[in-house]
Parts: sequence; C-alpha cells; structure tokens
Amino acid sequence: MSDKTKSTQDYFDAPILTDQLPPKEKRTKLLQALLDMDPDLSFDDPLENDMILNMGPSHPATHGVLRILLRLDGETIVSAMPELGYLHRGYEKIAENETYHEFITHTDRLDYLQPVHNNVGYILAVEKLLGIEAPPRAQYIRTLLAELARISSHLVGFGVMAMDVGAMTLLLWCFREREKIHDIFDLVVGARFTTSFTRIGGIAQDITDEGLAAIRAFTDQFLARLDEGERLLNRNRIFFDRCRNVGVISAEDALAIGLTGPNLRGSGIPLDLRRDNPYLIYDQLDFDVITENEGDSLARYFVRLREMKESVKMVYQCLEKLPVGPVHAHEPKKVLPRKERIYTRMEELIHDFMIVNHGVNPPSGEVYHAIESSKGQLGFHIVSRGEGHPWRLKIRSPSFCNLQALPMLLKGHLLSDILAVLGSLDPVMGEADK
Amino acid sequence: MGLESALGEGYLTTQLDALVGWARKNSLWPMPMGLSCCAIELMSAGDPRHDISRFGMEVMRFSPRQSDVMIVAGTVTYKMAHVVRKIYDQMAEPRWVIAMGACASSGGMFRSYSVVQGIDQFLPVDVFTAGCPPRPENLFNALIKLQEIVQQSSVLDYRNSNEPIIVS
Amino acid sequence: MNNVLQQTVDSLRARFGDAVEEVREFRDDVIVVVGRSAIVDVATWLRDNETCPFPLCEDVFGIDAWTRKQRFEVNYHFFSLTCKQRIHLKVRVEENDPSVPSITGVYPGAGWYERETFDMYGITFPGHRDLRRSYMPEDFEYHPLRKDYPLMGIPGALPLPKRG
Ligand code: SF4
Repeated sequence: MSDKTKSTQDYFDAPILTDQLPPKEKRTKLLQALLDMDPDLSFDDPLENDMILNMGPSHPATHGVLRILLRLDGETIVSAMPELGYLHRGYEKIAENETYHEFITHTDRLDYLQPVHNNVGYILAVEKLLGIEAPPRAQYIRTLLAELARISSHLVGFGVMAMDVGAMTLLLWCFREREKIHDIFDLVVGARFTTSFTRIGGIAQDITDEGLAAIRAFTDQFLARLDEGERLLNRNRIFFDRCRNVGVISAEDALAIGLTGPNLRGSGIPLDLRRDNPYLIYDQLDFDVITENEGDSLARYFVRLREMKESVKMVYQCLEKLPVGPVHAHEPKKVLPRKERIYTRMEELIHDFMIVNHGVNPPSGEVYHAIESSKGQLGFHIVSRGEGHPWRLKIRSPSFCNLQALPMLLKGHLLSDILAVLGSLDPVMGEADK
Repeated sequence: MGLESALGEGYLTTQLDALVGWARKNSLWPMPMGLSCCAIELMSAGDPRHDISRFGMEVMRFSPRQSDVMIVAGTVTYKMAHVVRKIYDQMAEPRWVIAMGACASSGGMFRSYSVVQGIDQFLPVDVFTAGCPPRPENLFNALIKLQEIVQQSSVLDYRNSNEPIIVS
Repeated sequence: MNNVLQQTVDSLRARFGDAVEEVREFRDDVIVVVGRSAIVDVATWLRDNETCPFPLCEDVFGIDAWTRKQRFEVNYHFFSLTCKQRIHLKVRVEENDPSVPSITGVYPGAGWYERETFDMYGITFPGHRDLRRSYMPEDFEYHPLRKDYPLMGIPGALPLPKRG
C-alpha cells in the first residue's frame, strides 16, 4: 500500500514504533502522556514562567535607538533593563581633539530637538572658563532663541507621547507648529535646526527686524494653536486612563535617582536652574516654575504643556526688553572678529588667524556650568590645560540620567504602558549616548 | 515563437519591465531607519507641510518585512551596524537603500572610534543624500532619484548594476 | 567662595581631617580633593548634613590626567536644593590600581555614571552591583577615553558585518 492510499484510520491503527522515539528518560512530558494515553495530563501554569522580550534598538516607540530588555510575567513587567550605546558617537573624545570654536557645531547634534540649548550651555561653560561675558543684546537673543527651542522640543515630546498612546492627529499638529519655528531659525540663523548659533563672546549674527517680526507673529498665534491641541487631549478619557497612575515616582526616589527637568518637577520638586542658579538674563524675566505633585506620566505631560506657556511669556518679555547694542564682546584675543573687518584690517586678520589655528587658549583650570534645557540639567565640565582644545570635556546629559529611572518606573506595569512612560520621560538618544 | 517574433526580440520583457517598474516606483514603502538627528528631518518630511504622501511613500513601515526601501537616517555606530544589517537582511527583495545625511553616507562630522565611516561598508547603497541634515526637499530629491532607478530596474534582476547616485 | 560653601568645606576639614587633601577654587567653582578611602563617608555626610545638604548627585566622571603618579581622577558634582550650591569632589587614583569605592549606596543615581566611567576609563567601583559597560559592546577590550587610545580607534577592535 503506498502512502497515498493510506486512510486516516490506518495511521491511528498503526503500531507506534517506540524504537524511533527518544528513550524514555529523554521524552518530554507531553510525549509521554500521549504515549500513555493519559487523560489527566496537566501542565504548570505557563504564566509562572517569565519571558524575556527584547524591545529595540529599532522600534518606533523607543525614540531612536534605545534598547530595552524586559522580563515579563504574562503582560506584566517584572524588570526592565535599558541598554544604551547604539548612538555612542564619541563626543567627549572628539572634543579633546578640536578647538573650542570647532566643537560648537558638534553640540547641535547632542540633543537634536533643541540645538540652541546645547549651543548656549556649551558656550556659557567656555565663557566661564575664559572669564568673559557676552554683551546684553547677545544674552537676550540667546534667551529668546533658547525659549523658542524649548517650545519646539516640548512640542515633539507632547506630540510623540500622544502618538505613542494612540492620538496621531496631535503629532501632525505639533509638527505644523514646529515647522514655523524651523522657519524662524531658517531666517535668523540660516539652518532649520542645526543652528550652531552661539560664538564665544557673542552670537553668530545679529537678529534682524524681520526675524523679530517672525518670532512675534509665531508667538501671537501659538497659544491658540496649543489650545486646540490641548482640547484634543485634556478631556480625553483614553489618554487619561492610559497615563494616569502610570510610571509613578515619588519625590524622594526621583531625587535619589537623579531625575532633572520636567520629570523631576512632575514629582513636585521645584528645581529649575533658570531660577535657582540663574544664567543669561533669566533673573530679569518673570516666570513661574511649573510643578505637579502626582509624579505619574500625566503629571509630566502637564508640566511640559504648561512650561510651553511660560516660554511664550518669556519670549514676549525678551522681545519687549531687547536692548540695542553690539552682539560681540570686545575681547579681540578670544572673540572671532567680523568677516568684513578681517578683509580690511591687519589686527583682525592676525587675530582671526591665531584663533582659528591655535584656538582661544583659556587659562588652565576646570569649570562646570549647567543650564536648564528642556530635558533637564545640561552641564558641561571643561578641563583646560591652557591649550587651544579642551583636555577633557564632560557632557552631563539629562536624558542619560532620566533614562536611569526607567526600570523603576516600569516595574509592575503592563507591556503597553512602556509607551506612556517612555513618552513622558522624553529622552533623546543623541544626548543620552553622547 | 509566435508572439516574440511578431513583436520583436525582447519586446514583451521590456514592456513588462516598464510596467512593473512603474508599479514599483509609485508604491515604495519606506522603512524609516531613524537613528539620530536626520530622523527628525525624516519626520518633518512626513509632516503636513512637506507631505511625503505626494510621492506614494507615506506608508512608513517599521517592520522590515513590509518595506521596500530603507532610509538610513542618522549616524551608524559600529554597535548599531549589526542591527541595521540584520534589518536589511530581513527585508524582502527587491529592496533599496537610501543613505540620508552626511553621517550615513560617510561618517559625516564624526571622525571617531565608534562611528562607521559610511554605511556602504556593509550595505549596498542606491542613493546618497548630502546635507547635515538634508532638508526634507533634498530627501524628496533622493526619493525621486530612487524612483528613476526603480523604473529602470528589470523584473528579474532588479539591481542591474546601477552606480549609486549622489544628490545634493 | 561664598559663606555656605565655606562653612561646608570647613566642616569637611574638621570632620575628615587629612582625608581632605586639597581645596581649590577657580571661577567660583569649589573643588575638594578627598582621599580614596573617605569618599563614601564624605558623600554620606554631604547628603545628610543639616546646614547644607546635597541630595542630588549630578555627575560622576573620570579624567585621564596623564601623569605618572595618580593618573586617573574621579569627579563628583553634588547640588544642594536648599542653598542652591554645587560642590565638586575629586578622588585621585593610581594607574595600576584604578578603583574607587562606589557611592551607589548613598546616591543610587550614581549607578549609571559609574558604569560610564568604567566603560570609558576602566576605573572599577567596588560595591557597585551592576558594573558593566554602558556604551561600548561587552566584548570590546579597550577604554576609549584614555589618552592613549587613538581618536579613530584601533582597526578591527569593533567588527562590522560583511557587505555580502
Ligand atoms: S548628517 Fe548631520 S544631522 Fe544627519 S545624523 Fe549626521 S550629524 Fe545628524
């Protein structure tokens, strides 16, 4: 009888060839039970066994190239382990090999959602090392653009978080607003978002009236647009249910694990370096430090939302108070001279040559300067040995430290809550991995 | 044989190539391999203003199995290169690669120990896009160039030895 | 140096004596060099003292000073929320014994920073529960931020997939 003509019954009737099976001690429980025709076969609860799930590094919800290893019990997260380094670009090593001016462009790419903050933070550290200060107009313009950048960064945080929990519309609306900010940067700085705007002792170029008008036009309409977006979410049951009481962290834990920025303020600790350790002209501006007490994803979302409104307030104040005057400090040996003067004057040509070729040669010593970026405390520690390039430059990146809280925040939640938690932490991997 | 000889040598296959190429080029599904800053511009490309769907390409798939073209947007480190390659290997043929930005094309401004100096060291690249980051318009430029490549590809051998194109 | 920090430094000196090796000031930043064995006690005291507690550990990082004696330095930044001050501690270690007791017991947030320092400089932190590399792959042999590691890396140290 060939195989084709065998009926199903034949298969059932055929004797089991035990010699082709694995020996008794090697058989699985299921196989043995089948052989014994044991009707009371029972298994242990499969959910008792943990499962390891790998998330990332290429996953739409991990904000770049974060990888998280999860130990799951059913759908509940037993433990989570983030793994970094997929975007480690060696910034600190690069900095040791470049002059202080050259590294400005690199700072753009640290937290690429808000390059101006990185520019400002870095340049303030360098200026502190050199012991110089930019003139008031430059300070105001830096503040102005930094606050705009904060809005654009929070917009992404806002939109992406909404998208992660299922509200796609908001992301598109946020990007519409971001485009307008990009246009402003295009006009004022000359690049959409890799701004490289600051220079030692000043800024790349003065802001024109056209630029100021564009900023004013943007801010005038922004609050209404934000309100529209807010209305989509703030009374949305689905959004609330997914974010409330998810990823809760108490004030003590948040401080101990080293959260900063909106994430820390979401737990009720009013630490804001703009107020507590003022730099630029923040001590002359009137703004509130936003805090929420719940410490969950929703609280962090509300902190960001309300911070955008504070930023708008600050932009208006800067526009109002913007003084006239130079935008470069008068420090010929440290500040790059203007191009038009290089071509016509001897001294400027020499200074330009010296600064470009040998760098600014700050005194030896070490300084640390931190600013409040939209992600948290962004600090630069520079060790100088009197050479044109830093001996060591350490970047204290807020996202790196905020991510450290992830295992704590995720523990005990469901798999789908990762999105709400990650979205509310708002990490940027370019900065976390350096 | 009847039809072939009546219509001339290779007529059918070239016509089929043209038809399939046309169909393929207008329904490219990108796999956004967003790694760093360039990924933000990639997202901008999909925003209401730039609207990538005008090119039939808005169907961003995060699953390699469903996509035709991988847009490598950002800095590829040695650690990530293995992942990128693995994802590329999972894509079904025909598949194409766009290197978006200076970093993906050549390592860009990162001359350092951990950054791969150009993804063409481990991936076949079809279009290199200049810029740091390339503006969304330049990405579209790259996509249109890629559409031309796809149009010219043949059914049987889709990668008919095209030199990579550089757009700027 | 302002009053609060001066007071803190004075108390540190009084309490830990010789363990406070040096106090430096540059552009208003105060750097306190402490002995390796005292770092955990100093950190605990800084966190818990009454006058000016420093509950936030902002940063831990290494420096390769490239000197024959005491080549590596481990640095700590602490921030005080109540008096809005920052203090910078520094511990120097020898090249042939680069290890500093971990302060993760005092500041859990220092955990990843110490991992990063280990990754970049090869400085170990006894007492750290999970001291792995944080950025580079696990099987990478070098410590890239050491001054003797070239900027462009050592060819072949990090493998690439085949182009195929
Ligand atoms: S090319 Fe420029 S913008 Fe793009 S990833 Fe590289 S550094 Fe970032």
